[in-house]
Amino acid sequence: MVDATQEIDTDIPPAEVPELELYHPKSWWTTYVFSQDAKIIALQYSGTAFAIGLVALVLSWLIRLQLGFPGLVDFITPEAYYQIVTMHGMIMVVYLLTALFLGGFGNYLIPLMVGARDMVFPYVNMLSYWIYLLAVLVLVASFFAPGGPTGAGWTLYPPQAILGGTPGGQQAGILLMLASLMLFIIGFTMGGLNYVVTILQGRTRGMTLMRMPLTLWGIFTATVMALLAFPALFVACVMMMFDRVLGTSFFMPALVEMGEQLKYGGGSPILFQHLFWFFGHPEVYIVALPAFGIVSDLISVHARKNIFGYRMMVWAIVIIGALSFVVWAHHMYVSGMDPRFGFFFATTTLVIAVPTALKVYNWILTLWRGDIHLRLPMLFALAFIVTFLNGGLTGLFLGNVVVDVPLSDTMFVVAHFHMVMGVAPILVIFGAIYHWYPKITGRMLDEKMGRFHFWVTFVGAYAIFFPMHYVGLVGVPRRYVELGDPAFVTTPVHGLNAFITVAALVVGFAQLVFLFNIVWSLRHGRPSGGNPWGAASLEWQTPETPPGHGNWGRELPIVYRWAYDYSVPGAPRDFIAQDDPWPQPPARPS
Amino acid sequence: MTDVPSVPVRSRPPGWRGIVADWSSDQRAFKQVSWKKAMMWIFLLSDTFVFSCFLVAYMTARSSTTIPWPNPSEVFALHLFGQDIPLILIAIMTFVLISSSGTMALAVNYGYRRDRRMTARLMLATAALGATFVGMQAFEWTKLIREGVRPWSNPWGAEQFGATFFMITGFHGTHVTFGVIFLLIIARKVLRGDFDTGRRGYFTSRRGGYENVEVMGLYWHFVDLVWVFIFAFFYLW
Repeated sequence: MVDATQEIDTDIPPAEVPELELYHPKSWWTTYVFSQDAKIIALQYSGTAFAIGLVALVLSWLIRLQLGFPGLVDFITPEAYYQIVTMHGMIMVVYLLTALFLGGFGNYLIPLMVGARDMVFPYVNMLSYWIYLLAVLVLVASFFAPGGPTGAGWTLYPPQAILGGTPGGQQAGILLMLASLMLFIIGFTMGGLNYVVTILQGRTRGMTLMRMPLTLWGIFTATVMALLAFPALFVACVMMMFDRVLGTSFFMPALVEMGEQLKYGGGSPILFQHLFWFFGHPEVYIVALPAFGIVSDLISVHARKNIFGYRMMVWAIVIIGALSFVVWAHHMYVSGMDPRFGFFFATTTLVIAVPTALKVYNWILTLWRGDIHLRLPMLFALAFIVTFLNGGLTGLFLGNVVVDVPLSDTMFVVAHFHMVMGVAPILVIFGAIYHWYPKITGRMLDEKMGRFHFWVTFVGAYAIFFPMHYVGLVGVPRRYVELGDPAFVTTPVHGLNAFITVAALVVGFAQLVFLFNIVWSLRHGRPSGGNPWGAASLEWQTPETPPGHGNWGRELPIVYRWAYDYSVPGAPRDFIAQDDPWPQPPARPS
Repeated sequence: MTDVPSVPVRSRPPGWRGIVADWSSDQRAFKQVSWKKAMMWIFLLSDTFVFSCFLVAYMTARSSTTIPWPNPSEVFALHLFGQDIPLILIAIMTFVLISSSGTMALAVNYGYRRDRRMTARLMLATAALGATFVGMQAFEWTKLIREGVRPWSNPWGAEQFGATFFMITGFHGTHVTFGVIFLLIIARKVLRGDFDTGRRGYFTSRRGGYENVEVMGLYWHFVDLVWVFIFAFFYLW
């Protein structure tokens, strides 16, 4: 089934890009710890992200225990609850998802997929990781600071974020949070510049932008977006830091606290919301676009079919990336802004549905009449499509001003964004790990444990978040430490809340099986060989598995075709690798 | 690492079609652009967003405040020769910084002529002008602080005046300071002949080239350009 033909260059282009002068480590420390090799840096990023992600997972259990069985865990006071909610959100969005997709997958896959020996500036790349680690440590330090971490909510809205009534507001919590975010942004910028320049300027011969796997298009676009969106958060952090430390009033209006006039006056809390969401909305797509790209590759490989509408898919990624910079105020419909703004932002928000739906259709059409192998990466990819569709559909509700206003700050919103940017990208992360683990380690992950992990995670995620939509629709607000029996909630929802909690605990424990699988398979997994899935993209064609220092042997590969030549009629195998000149005989220059 | 392509780039059509041809070609999208230069440009694009956010935040604060904004012509006036001259210090600072862009451009030119001493001399002159700028900024800050301007208050009007002033000029001054430090580092490398002998960097263990001077120059011109915007929006508005 080939519905697009890609012309195959027969002449080999001259080498324009100079060979990267590799840094050759001389000691154990520079090989494994202060490594400049993108593959090691990727593993360091991923390990750190998973470690801090586990903390966030435990925090989510605590949230659910409090909501499902109020008062069961006695150390969850209202203050502690806010702190737990805040840290759970911030860690998951920034320190886990962003770091894992860009720092983890980006570092590992970019040089391999473009046929480079490493990132263009390995030293800066190494610094990127260490600054990220420092950011994580500062974040963790806030748990042990006097007063604990900040409880301002992950959006850190002023004025409450830096006032005494909010946990950590007048103590170290908020300061450490802001410092950690600034460090994260500095570290990310160092890595991000590397990713972008490597893709733009460091490709191998024959690798055009339109022959790159969609994974790279997703990571590339997301990185460019991050480089343009994080500055807004950086500026917001600097200004809030000054408000808190120096007593400036960027975000602080005149306030009376506990009957006492504060020294602040004349600032605009809305300004913070604009800055935050100018970062915050692109951030959603910074997480989603790599997931889109990866899932396209998983589907194509495991359905043994080229991706449907490759060019459309690329342009959809780029257009989504661009549009996501003009929709931010749809997070602020209830902030009292001019209704005409609401109209504008609702329109742009709904326009994003077009390229997004296009991608979903193309995934389905790739599957259509494909040779679908329901292996673990494919299962997760299918689960992603369904979940993303579900999450996207509730986005249509929330994108419309009139529907959003009553739903604002209810559990419906919580269910929506967990479906669309929590569960969906994480399913892709799992699928991607099952897919690329053989390349990283040379061994397969255990299939039985993997299937258990998949089904519990997939079904469990729906058991958690489907009821949560309902809970939100009947009026349960988010961020309430204990619901009680308020009159505005039309139906008692305590039973559902308890059910969600049990499901959340089960899903959480299934992740421990996954972690065990990763460690166990390092030694006991079935040896995979270099290309267990029969994938065509360049990273599976390395001479060694796992790829050695410098990725490629003596010579860089030469790319003759796109990454999606599966089931080509007449070809000797059911895939043609990107560096395979078929039907021409292999030609080597010099 | 030599950044000049070893093989001539294949001929390409002029104009837009050339750009399309470059972007649809293999290996690199910007032909003839080295990695470090590409990286600096993209970093500057990111940094542009930082300064844009600062300036937009400042404009929001200034246009939404209910208390009148202090008059910059009076605040930034200097009492010289028995009369108040508005913006005189800022004018001199701007002149100094823009002159430093001139010396920087000359340094890049001499760098490509591989004139070691002249390049280093011009870079040091640039650094000296940059340091002068930071020094005058310190003088300006001192004067305003003496007059009672604080980040949280000032004698003349909206307190956001002091807050935005110190934050934006401080952030820009930090950029200039880092620029001066790196100018000195690269000038030393030039003078020592690192770019002629291919001596490896201490941290990166990479060989530099005279192109480093140009990349440094990009940053420096950017910092100057940002100052022009700060000058226009903060002092002239």
